[in-house]
Amino acid sequence: MKLRKKIPLIDQHDKNGFWGGKFGGSFIPETLKRPVEDLTNKFQKLRNDKKFLKKRDFYFKNYIGSPTSFIKLENLTNHLGGAQIWAKVVSEANGGAHKIYNATVHALICKAMGKKYIVGDTGAGYAGKMLSMAAKKFGLKCKIFMGVKDIKRQKPNCEAMRKNGAEIIPVYSGSQTLVDAVSECMRYWVSNCDNTHMCVGSTVGPNIFVKICGWSTAQISRELKKQLKSEFNKIPKKIKLINCVGGGSSAYGFWSEFIDFEKKQIELIGVEAGGPKKSNLHAAPLSRGAKLGILHGAAAYCCQDKEGQIKETESISAGLDYPSVSPIHCFLKDTKRARYTYATDEDALNAYQLVTKLENLNPSLEPSHAFAEAIRIAPGLSKDTIIIVNSCGDAKKDRDILRERLGKK
Amino acid sequence: MTSLINQAFKNAKKENRPTLLTYTVAGDNTKKKSLEILKSISNYADICELGFPHNTPIADGGQIQTSAYRAIKNGVKINDVFSIAKNFKKLKRNKPIILMGYYNMIFQYSENKFLEKCKKVKIDGLIVVDLPYPENKGFAIKCKKRGINFIQLVSPTTSKIRLKKIIKDSHDMIYYISMLSTTGGKLKVSSKKILENYNKIKNQNKSKNVVIGFGITKKTIKSLKKADGLVVGSAICKEITNSIKKRQNIVKNVTNIVKGLKKEII
Repeated sequence: MKLRKKIPLIDQHDKNGFWGGKFGGSFIPETLKRPVEDLTNKFQKLRNDKKFLKKRDFYFKNYIGSPTSFIKLENLTNHLGGAQIWAKVVSEANGGAHKIYNATVHALICKAMGKKYIVGDTGAGYAGKMLSMAAKKFGLKCKIFMGVKDIKRQKPNCEAMRKNGAEIIPVYSGSQTLVDAVSECMRYWVSNCDNTHMCVGSTVGPNIFVKICGWSTAQISRELKKQLKSEFNKIPKKIKLINCVGGGSSAYGFWSEFIDFEKKQIELIGVEAGGPKKSNLHAAPLSRGAKLGILHGAAAYCCQDKEGQIKETESISAGLDYPSVSPIHCFLKDTKRARYTYATDEDALNAYQLVTKLENLNPSLEPSHAFAEAIRIAPGLSKDTIIIVNSCGDAKKDRDILRERLGKK
Repeated sequence: MTSLINQAFKNAKKENRPTLLTYTVAGDNTKKKSLEILKSISNYADICELGFPHNTPIADGGQIQTSAYRAIKNGVKINDVFSIAKNFKKLKRNKPIILMGYYNMIFQYSENKFLEKCKKVKIDGLIVVDLPYPENKGFAIKCKKRGINFIQLVSPTTSKIRLKKIIKDSHDMIYYISMLSTTGGKLKVSSKKILENYNKIKNQNKSKNVVIGFGITKKTIKSLKKADGLVVGSAICKEITNSIKKRQNIVKNVTNIVKGLKKEII
């Protein structure tokens, strides 16, 4: 299994949609074959269409607010006394997280395909909130599928979705979290694919959805590359890019421009959700050695039992609370280009507290997992090492959890 | 030698009626009960589909989801599914049985091991919901080698060219999905339209047995009786749920449902 250079990772799959010969693919019911094929063809055309690219760039700049800033966290760096810690503050994007890139692109594709309805899944509520924003912006009718457990724990995002005119469909089946929301959303699409476009909220699902999402979030690393050059005059010699990984959309977006670099120069570190310290449940298929399995149309490492039943996961962070992971991250893991580890709920909460105490930054519980790893390794690293954390979400949505766990307002 | 599945269609044709196919989930609501159900309804059904339950069934509606969750909750494992099928076959040697489910279960069991086991317990056919054409080509060949029918699905969204290819690579039976829906949805397309599409498939190769499924109930089954075969699943799963709720005899109630369905198409 080998990575190829100068080809975007999203395009390094074989004709059946598999990365590295075994990750990804399109395990879908027959009914979805046609809509998936139509979408695949349309996306292929659009991504080579200058007018469409111009439109995308226009909305990325004027609607999403690209570029998001790249800042040094001086206090945190001084406090830890080792590597420099920087942050790419993607949470500045309109709506407060990276999910807006994928949502905007899907809304544009939906329009281009002449469909009036758009549906999507959400865990933390960010994918749903952003899709509802984009739908409103582009005049589309929007339904968001969300597990009942997540509706309860991510209220602020639900309020936002409703305000944007989207209908939230509560999902009661299974564990009542993201995994069930995705299933239910796919079921809805099976039944309504003639007039409805589906947006998968991360780099997961059938091959084409991995590609569209990765293509959208790649904007993050395009910006960062420029910012690095202007800040340091060149790409520094020792960089570590740390990103949380649930489905893996922000991590791929954060890394895509840097995958061709040598690992010695730019290390890619993905941090999964380790769940509560004393629990056996987690959402860390890569770092805790889950087996290859098929979930939601893709083959990937997946938390499951021996028989292939999908396991329940547990994490304080709804956005990472997913039993499987993007096939492209499985590919990065097996080719050893990226390293994956996990942080527990407690690690993430501690990191959140330290970062917010020292810096004028309010990372949500998802990037707090990435900060936990940065905090862990920084003291042991040289001062010319540049750690960059993708602060991909804002903690506003975590209001209730933080209050409960930390007694914070 | 003709397959039991082919034979079932021939027998029904002689009686000038469509083949009746039932779907139940193995282990719903218990291992013992589901075997009893199978034994009893097979007095009226021509072919029995037996689902191996999965907890993320992306193409199933509420009724079958409920059945699958119930079976899993009651501890049903894949080897129980095989033992139910085996015990059924001991009693009804000539009644074709088709296993139906999602690919991850087969993948975890390992394809070859799964198929060997199927052969050993005399499974006649397999339907894998999320392993579409052409990705299923290799698997279908493996099935054929072991004398197991791999059943291809075709839907209203299947293009003409694709349809041709699928039919060419199909075995004895093709499953036409009546409408854009998960299982058990309300029939939102007219029977006329469904049969029109059905004929398009049938006209390509008359020797293939084409069955229609999704949304078929006692109310709608009669209007589709021109088809080679008709599949009823959700209506049966729903009856199991209702019988449990009302604390009534599940086997008896479900059998009555199937008996009633058969009556409509004789």
